[in-house]
Amino acid sequence: MRKVIEKVMVVSFLLFVPAICFAAEEGTQGVENASIKTALAIASGLAIAIAAFGGAFGQSRAITAAMEGISRNPEAQPRMFVLLILGLAFIESLVIYAFVISLMLQGKI
Amino acid sequence: MSGKEPETLLGHLPFLKEIPVHTLHSILTAIILSGISIYIFIKLKRLDDYTTPDEKPSIRGFFEFITQFFSDILTGIVGEEGKKFVPFVTSIFVFILFSNLLGLIPGFYPPTMNINTNAGIAGFVFLSYNYFGFRAHGISYLKQFLGPIPLLAFLFLPVEMISHIFRPVSLSIRLFGNIFGDHTALETFTSLVPILVPSIFMLLGLIVSIVQAFVFALLSGIYISLAISHEH
Repeated sequence: MRKVIEKVMVVSFLLFVPAICFAAEEGTQGVENASIKTALAIASGLAIAIAAFGGAFGQSRAITAAMEGISRNPEAQPRMFVLLILGLAFIESLVIYAFVISLMLQGKI
Repeated sequence: MSGKEPETLLGHLPFLKEIPVHTLHSILTAIILSGISIYIFIKLKRLDDYTTPDEKPSIRGFFEFITQFFSDILTGIVGEEGKKFVPFVTSIFVFILFSNLLGLIPGFYPPTMNINTNAGIAGFVFLSYNYFGFRAHGISYLKQFLGPIPLLAFLFLPVEMISHIFRPVSLSIRLFGNIFGDHTALETFTSLVPILVPSIFMLLGLIVSIVQAFVFALLSGIYISLAISHEH
């Protein structure tokens, strides 16, 4: 009996919570845009901040590995250079995507 | 991104006002590059021996250095037949490099700061490498989209399609974001401290310009090498 009640509770929770969320969204649209603008401002700042953190971390690891490789075997430097620049560009492009998204959010404020 | 057209020197000329800024500056870059190539062509025609390099650093030496550099890299990536693609990759590099460098002159606008220019170049790269692939393999180029195992082809096809379609998008957005971000930083610091501090960001902009042009050209070369490789 208790299990049945639990199941009913869970199902009803899952069914009704999204409905509450949708209702909340509809409510704020008409009232005022100030809170949405605040959220957009925070989100656009946080987007580029987190992306820059992750990108810097990844690039530092890539450069560390490349430096170690070059110092062990200096003759392989020209081949490593191309791969290093390529890898850095790929890591950085993700940060750039976040930057573009942040700009798009900023444009909506 | 921004709806307002940026102020430039060329935008003040009366008969050029109607043209969009990035188109105007792309044309300017193309004119500069055409002028340089005509100059080098005339200079080479007067020489008796093409193979001796100039004694002093010159424009011709600069372009020869770039061509040699990309020739070495493409030979490393593609192999001996990579020399056929040196003109393609090098001209993309030179066009993007000069477009980026145009933005470092105050009063001018880099054409690569607008996503339309980049999307044009990236779409051209996309069509070209598919054409090179078809030319190298014929109709069996399409087998590359199906992956190594025939049984799993239905899994590989959507993944490969998406990754191929995303290539020009990522190429253009990367270039646009880098140049735009660099200029935004330069603009912000110029408005904060107008003297001396912006020069640091101009140096940074120089590095970003060269590296991004190089990355664009290198990725075009790699896409071509993937399309014409015989491994699949």
